[in-house]
Amino acid sequence: MDAIRTEGLTKHYSVGFWRPRPYVALEGLDLEVAPGEIFGFLGPNGAGKTTTLKLLMQLIFPTSGRAEILGRPVGDVSVRRRIGYLPENPFFYDNLTAEELLAYFARLFGFHGQERATRVSRILDEVGLGAERRFQLRKYSKGMLQRVGLAQALLNDPEVVFLDEPMSGLDPLGRRDVRDLILRLRDRGTTVFFSSHILSDAETLCSRVAIVAHGKLVTAGSVAELVPFRVRGWDLIVSNLTIAQVHDVGGPDAVVREIADGRHHVILPEAASLDSALSRVTTHRGQLLSVNPVRDTLEDYFLARVRQAERREVG
Amino acid sequence: MRSTLLVAIHVFRDSVRDKVLYSIVAFAIILMASSFLMGQLTAGQDVKIIKDLGLAAMSLFGLFIAIFIGVGLVSREIERRSIYAVLAKPVLRHEFIVGKYLGLVGTLFVNLAVMAIAYYGVLEYMALTLPAGAFTGGPPATDPRLLLAVGLIGAELALVTAIALFWSSFSSSALLSAAFTAGLWVAGQFGADLRNFDQVVASPVAVWLARGLYYVLPNFAAFDIKAQVVHGATVSGDYMAATLAYAMAYIAMLIVAAVLVFSRRDFK
Repeated sequence: MDAIRTEGLTKHYSVGFWRPRPYVALEGLDLEVAPGEIFGFLGPNGAGKTTTLKLLMQLIFPTSGRAEILGRPVGDVSVRRRIGYLPENPFFYDNLTAEELLAYFARLFGFHGQERATRVSRILDEVGLGAERRFQLRKYSKGMLQRVGLAQALLNDPEVVFLDEPMSGLDPLGRRDVRDLILRLRDRGTTVFFSSHILSDAETLCSRVAIVAHGKLVTAGSVAELVPFRVRGWDLIVSNLTIAQVHDVGGPDAVVREIADGRHHVILPEAASLDSALSRVTTHRGQLLSVNPVRDTLEDYFLARVRQAERREVG
Repeated sequence: MRSTLLVAIHVFRDSVRDKVLYSIVAFAIILMASSFLMGQLTAGQDVKIIKDLGLAAMSLFGLFIAIFIGVGLVSREIERRSIYAVLAKPVLRHEFIVGKYLGLVGTLFVNLAVMAIAYYGVLEYMALTLPAGAFTGGPPATDPRLLLAVGLIGAELALVTAIALFWSSFSSSALLSAAFTAGLWVAGQFGADLRNFDQVVASPVAVWLARGLYYVLPNFAAFDIKAQVVHGATVSGDYMAATLAYAMAYIAMLIVAAVLVFSRRDFK
């Protein structure tokens, strides 16, 4: 049984008041997400990511097609006891504290007394909210609200969790925390379906991804299938070298850029020898600050496929 | 049912912390207290003026709360997207709407009770400070029949809240919903005029239209027994029961309509 399954899921809206015209938000989406997967749902703004999540949450109703979560139709209220959902840019009740909000949601899930209190406290600890949990939500920053949003999505220990742009509004520390949290969820066997346009996050977290553009599925598959690991060159950052020495390190085909404070960025082509470049750094008594392979990233693949879809759309 | 109650309790908890609500109630109480000063300026009419002003303040400020917080109940949740997280929980849409309504009506009734206590406090103070025999022949200052008027104000506010909820169940604009609700309240004050339209207009079409509107629009004039109770006139139990039954039937109809609209609404 799939954790999530959609068949021909379609949503059309009418836009315009006097002369309504159809707008295709999502067209014939077929998806299957296996239990325990971290599934990245990627696409540029307006591609249909949030529409899909709203359809799965029954916040909007499909024009046609169907969707199932854990083998049950999305309209089945019993499914909601087994899932969690973080909306994009979540916002809650200003006058409540994080503790009160989660206690309210915990009651809706049917948790009582000590179990409720323990659960709320544990989840708030897990998302990194300390003494702030007793402040009214009106005083929260965007990042803190995002953490509260994550906490309410995980309150019932869901089997499937849907995260709409979970990294949005978070600082680098917060993003790392969320990445770690998603990996912990995977280790517990939770299926994570998250939408994002931050591709590096998707690349480091997801077992499989789907790319949508203009309301249509462009492609879906494992990250390894979509972006084979192939080194196309090397990125070096060096210091304590004159510009002539840097060019000598890189050789005739390298691209050299000055960064600042005597540091240089050297891009070696695929054919160049990394070993020779490194030994020349040592010969010139320079300092090697970093060395990284240049390879196709999910972002390169994503951009290529989205542009292809755009061209098809225009054509 | 359980989820409905939980949503209602949550609305109550969220609303009673709303500073706007406190301001409205505080302002109403100040107005009641200041009516004491106005009464001092009108020889012989002081208690009546306080009774009149107090009931009017309860009605007016209750109306503000019912319209502005009632309209915001659903539309603010949609605007701020707080509804997304709630509806992803095991809560059905009709439970959410009914819970929202009950929560706000509960908040309104508590506020009305606070205002009524303040009202009776001012009247009790008057009774203690006025010379003995001031009430001979008239109703006492703390006449319990005033509570009948407070009760019907409560029923009227519950109906206004249901109208506000109905508009906001499909309108995305809180301002428009507030305008429609206030408009219906104003139109509903002219129930008797619409019913007797044939006495002033000859056109049968206009009379038929006015009669139709009389039956469709909520008859808010029926809830206004302030003048009777202030003057100590009797309000029959039958009238009270019929008016309350009318309010409940109208409210039930509006909530069913709001649920039907809300259950199929897309939150874009």
